[in-house]
Amino acid sequence: MVKAGTGTRPNQGENLNDRIDAAKSGDRRALARLLSSIENGEVRFPESQHDVSDWKILALTGPPGVGKSCLLDRFLHEWVESGIRVAVLAVDPSSPRSGGALLGDRVRMSIVDDENKKHMVYVRSVATRRTSGSVPLVVRDMAFCLLEVGWDKVVIETVGAGQSEVRCAAVADRIVLIEGPARGDGIQAEKAGLLELADAVIVNKSDLDGAERHANELRESLQLGHDEAPEVRLVSALHGTGVAETSTKLLALKQSARAARARWRERFLSHHERLLLDHPKFDTVLSNVEEGLMSFEEAYAQLRDEHE
Amino acid sequence: MDQPLRIVIAKPGLDGHDRGAKVVARALRDAGHEVIYTGLRRTPEQIIETVRDEDAVLLGLSSLSGAHGHLFPRICETLREHGMDDVIVFGGGIIPEDDRPPLFAAGVRALFGPGTTSQEMVEFIATATQRDDAGVGHGEGWYWNPSESR
Repeated sequence: MVKAGTGTRPNQGENLNDRIDAAKSGDRRALARLLSSIENGEVRFPESQHDVSDWKILALTGPPGVGKSCLLDRFLHEWVESGIRVAVLAVDPSSPRSGGALLGDRVRMSIVDDENKKHMVYVRSVATRRTSGSVPLVVRDMAFCLLEVGWDKVVIETVGAGQSEVRCAAVADRIVLIEGPARGDGIQAEKAGLLELADAVIVNKSDLDGAERHANELRESLQLGHDEAPEVRLVSALHGTGVAETSTKLLALKQSARAARARWRERFLSHHERLLLDHPKFDTVLSNVEEGLMSFEEAYAQLRDEHE
Repeated sequence: MDQPLRIVIAKPGLDGHDRGAKVVARALRDAGHEVIYTGLRRTPEQIIETVRDEDAVLLGLSSLSGAHGHLFPRICETLREHGMDDVIVFGGGIIPEDDRPPLFAAGVRALFGPGTTSQEMVEFIATATQRDDAGVGHGEGWYWNPSESR
């Protein structure tokens, strides 16, 4: 019997350490099940500290349709060729109405079908479930689990994200923003938001008109600031132009200092959201607000007090 | 439903028609499940690796090419070989009545043809996941009979 709300069930009588050991030994089913348990909140994976001068967790973000998945597939081929084992957590949105999701990033990952490389990558699709923003915080726990069981790097591909969507800062050591051509004029690039947090910016679809111009506008905009500007690179995931060089540069990507405070801010806000969403009374309190029985202030007070 | 079920919808073999698979994927999404669609022309091996890595509870196979008699049992067998006995397999497409008994015998738990309502699929999933003998590892046994529903 399958309990609603899960992947498959782990074997009876296994404790967490056994499960971690099984995943470490290369048992992919054990790993997949362990990640489900974390995602379902049945297992809380401890956050471990790692030296972020050399990144372990990278977020790939950007607007819908700019080619994040295709480009990531290209990078994976390059990284695997240099002997790096990479796990991917590909996030797609859950329906706010039904709670369901169509997880489609895997379709773009040709590397999972490559007989010589597939043992060096693990791709897992993740739905946002009830969280707001482009990445649920639980993805960070899943990333720590993957690092713990022996994957060298974890790449988080976010939901297609808009200008103000900066939540990915909460989960990753580095943020790479993918853009496409014809994404508006220079004023669009001036607007505040995601662009300010990126450690690198990549303009994909360099084979199309307007890519070069958009890259120049982004460069110009980034250089207007007082901080050190991140590099803007042009690539074509379709033709492979610029991919090899960019993938090497990304491996050595440094964290830009300008985003440090914002990272902690997003992390803090994510934790707060998780506390509210995980609260057993969240749905009841929400219904009360919806029916006009309670104000937001009262609702919040009730959820907060019971945490203490 | 508290949390959604993870379901892989796959197109095995040389078959380029995926409107049915997409309609099913959408219906299951709208019923609150997390659906992973594999894309076209997958080998049994690729499908099983997707089910394994994505930790799917259910696997839906779509075939309109006539190769279901070969591909579906092969996928069921490969799942068992990999110890993925608890995965629940169902199928859909153009599957003649005479072809069905051997597929059920191979461990497929439901076959949905044209005209199936999404409500019926959702009912099958709710029923199958409540049973402890629906996994592909149980081989020949229970399968969904729509006339018995409701």
